[in-house]
Amino acid sequence: MSADPTAKNAKQTPLHDVHQDLGANLVDFAGYLMPLRYKSETAEHEAVRTGAGLFDLSHMGEIFLSGPGAGAALDFALVGNLSPMPVGKARYTMICAPDGGVLDDLIVYRLENETWMVVANAANAAVVRDALTDRVAGFEAEVEDRSDAYALIALQGPRAQQILEGFTDAPVAGLKYYAILAGRVAGLDALIARTGYTGEDGFEVFVAASDAVALWRALAGVEGVVPAGLAARDSLRLEAGMPLYGNELTAETSPFEAGLGRVVKLDKAVDFVGKAALAEQAKTPPGRRLVGLVARGRRAPRKGYQVVTSGGTPCGVVTSGAPSPTLGKPIAMAYLDSGVEGTDLAVDVRGRPEPVDVVDLPFYKRS
Amino acid sequence: MSVPEQLRYSEEHEWVSGLGGEDGIVTVGITAHAADALGEIVYIELQPSEGDTVEAGEPCGEVESTKSVSDLYSPVSGEITAINSAVVDEPKVINDDPYGEGWIFKVRISEEPGDLLDSVAYDKLIEES
Repeated sequence: MSADPTAKNAKQTPLHDVHQDLGANLVDFAGYLMPLRYKSETAEHEAVRTGAGLFDLSHMGEIFLSGPGAGAALDFALVGNLSPMPVGKARYTMICAPDGGVLDDLIVYRLENETWMVVANAANAAVVRDALTDRVAGFEAEVEDRSDAYALIALQGPRAQQILEGFTDAPVAGLKYYAILAGRVAGLDALIARTGYTGEDGFEVFVAASDAVALWRALAGVEGVVPAGLAARDSLRLEAGMPLYGNELTAETSPFEAGLGRVVKLDKAVDFVGKAALAEQAKTPPGRRLVGLVARGRRAPRKGYQVVTSGGTPCGVVTSGAPSPTLGKPIAMAYLDSGVEGTDLAVDVRGRPEPVDVVDLPFYKRS
Repeated sequence: MSVPEQLRYSEEHEWVSGLGGEDGIVTVGITAHAADALGEIVYIELQPSEGDTVEAGEPCGEVESTKSVSDLYSPVSGEITAINSAVVDEPKVINDDPYGEGWIFKVRISEEPGDLLDSVAYDKLIEES
């Protein structure tokens, strides 16, 4: 297949040659040439659910904040209450615009007392870096974008811990979900986080870009570890009910309608960007709510398709949708207008209504 | 990805085999290029049944993958004589063997197809796409 014409200006990750050697289908994603799949995305998906999958996430942004005022700066810049978080912990949070719209969803790690790492989506990394740089101006803190210096490799799946233990003396068995520690993996200096975007147990390992190939080759050399691309990553996170920026979250989305009001810490002691707008939003029920849909038929709802009532009236919009490998039927996330009953709904799939049932998220929860 | 020389192709990435045969029945599938671009195929819907007629260039079904969906066009006009129930039951066969076990339907053609591409022209088409 010929290369995507938009990919000519795309950046390559440090693992580009590895992906090519594996015969990956490479696509431009957020300005990076990324593996969409290696062989079968369904097999890659199932490997993560039942064994272990290996992902190159080096396109993600790693933005460091350091200095005595870094914690306070984050409390002002983000919607979360970060400064009380202990060293070695991580938190899911967001950066919002002054009007309350979501600029990006983030994981923030406290690496040392005065050193924090903010991991941003690739497409938003520059926006996040620039917003953080602006917002920390009044604090004793410095922002440094180290995205190009770091590679990020995720090892995800029920076998992830056992596999990682084969390459490190770091106490990863005791590392809790949403925690991070520094250690050596396969002889390479690394930051080992127990985080992920798949709904499985797993680790995200940050190493110097120059060490990426060595780390990948070590982990990929283990029997049963399957390289997995963005297609599998997307179906895994959808089953896990995790929002994707650009789909469920946008600058026009409020955290409350996305069901993420819990990450907005309106009661923290300090002011933060977006607080006034978000406090106003919190007073009234949101105009729409994010729900899960399971299709009764086999035609999948897709992003942008309309949700309709039994009478054919539009009452919502699909934000993500795909056939679920685990459930064996199509699933979707959608915004339903407020006041719409979650019964007798359909999705307009290219002109034909396909009946769907509204379900609680997530679609899949590991046992 | 090689393009088999003995087949003919539509610009919508279907292939046709058996043109010029005595019974006038041809076999239709989608190309390896199309299957690869779609990703893993999970559902195929054919609107016509056996005995129905199809028109060249008209949509006659959908091919749905994990990541996307695409219309299926009949590259020839005529009467459907067979539908491959094995690929309807397990569409992934199309990814695994697009030119063999992954055939989709057979048509008794009612007129000689006009503007199908040979393998060289189809290869050029996908190179430029």
